[in-house]
Amino acid sequence: MENQRIQQDLESIRHLMERSVKFISLSGLSGILSGVYALIGAALAYNQIYSGEVARTVTYYQGNFPVVRNLFVIALVVLLASLITGWWFSFRKAKKLKTKIWNETSRRLLINLAIPLIVGGIFTLVLVYHGHYNVVAASVLIFYGLALINASSNLFEEIRYLGYCELVVGLIAGVLPGYGLYFWAVGFGLLHILYGGMMYRKYDR
Amino acid sequence: MKNFFENLDKTLEHRTRLQITSVLVANDSYDFIALKELLDTTDGNLATHLKALEREKYISINKSFIDKKPNTRYKITERGRSAFKKHIDAMEELIKQQKK
Repeated sequence: MENQRIQQDLESIRHLMERSVKFISLSGLSGILSGVYALIGAALAYNQIYSGEVARTVTYYQGNFPVVRNLFVIALVVLLASLITGWWFSFRKAKKLKTKIWNETSRRLLINLAIPLIVGGIFTLVLVYHGHYNVVAASVLIFYGLALINASSNLFEEIRYLGYCELVVGLIAGVLPGYGLYFWAVGFGLLHILYGGMMYRKYDR
Repeated sequence: MKNFFENLDKTLEHRTRLQITSVLVANDSYDFIALKELLDTTDGNLATHLKALEREKYISINKSFIDKKPNTRYKITERGRSAFKKHIDAMEELIKQQKK
């Protein structure tokens, strides 16, 4: 009898300690969908950049505002769509798990994500300001990877490995400038679909 | 056999207190409302057990105001952390003993 009670106690605190730290409402589906958005965005961007016959150089883009503006709009739409999808699926899952989307753990999660992302965003703008366009893609991927690793203690274990993968992709992108779009398609598209699928199979069904 | 029961912590033998302590061990600090939600308990029940833990100096309390609303945060003390560890070790020993 006593033994059973102790085992129940141990089980309940193991569960509590995990739930008090981890944001369990994140859904794998939002990972898959944001990966799909990223791939669509990459295809549209590819079309913008490589359609036409003129040889395009950095100076060309600096002078060509419509292309730069279009690329910016594509990136922004992909980002917003991913954020809204992430919020929506988390909201649904939170309801199913009878918990709240905005709680102590999601607040911590956001802070842990935000610090590397904001620093990375500003640093990337600094790179743009100095004209180092060829390492922008790498910089974004690397800071995103660091943000994921930083926040992974508040998320599922898989997110840490996703972060490591983003770092590897980002570093390779830095070594091979000029292929940024492809590396973005891998880092934000394929990896999100892969890890989103893994998380969906493991936690959502 | 008897020895292991003696190693159990009298304060932490109550499940709600053990749960509160476990959450505070896993996190830097936690506030009252978040604890209440997580443990799915009532204000009165939670307050009673928090007071018991505070009396033993297992937790420390920090009261402040956020947007003019009172906010009470709880933290584990070193004393509380080692008591928790000892209690869990004793529980594990007990299970091991009884399996034999």
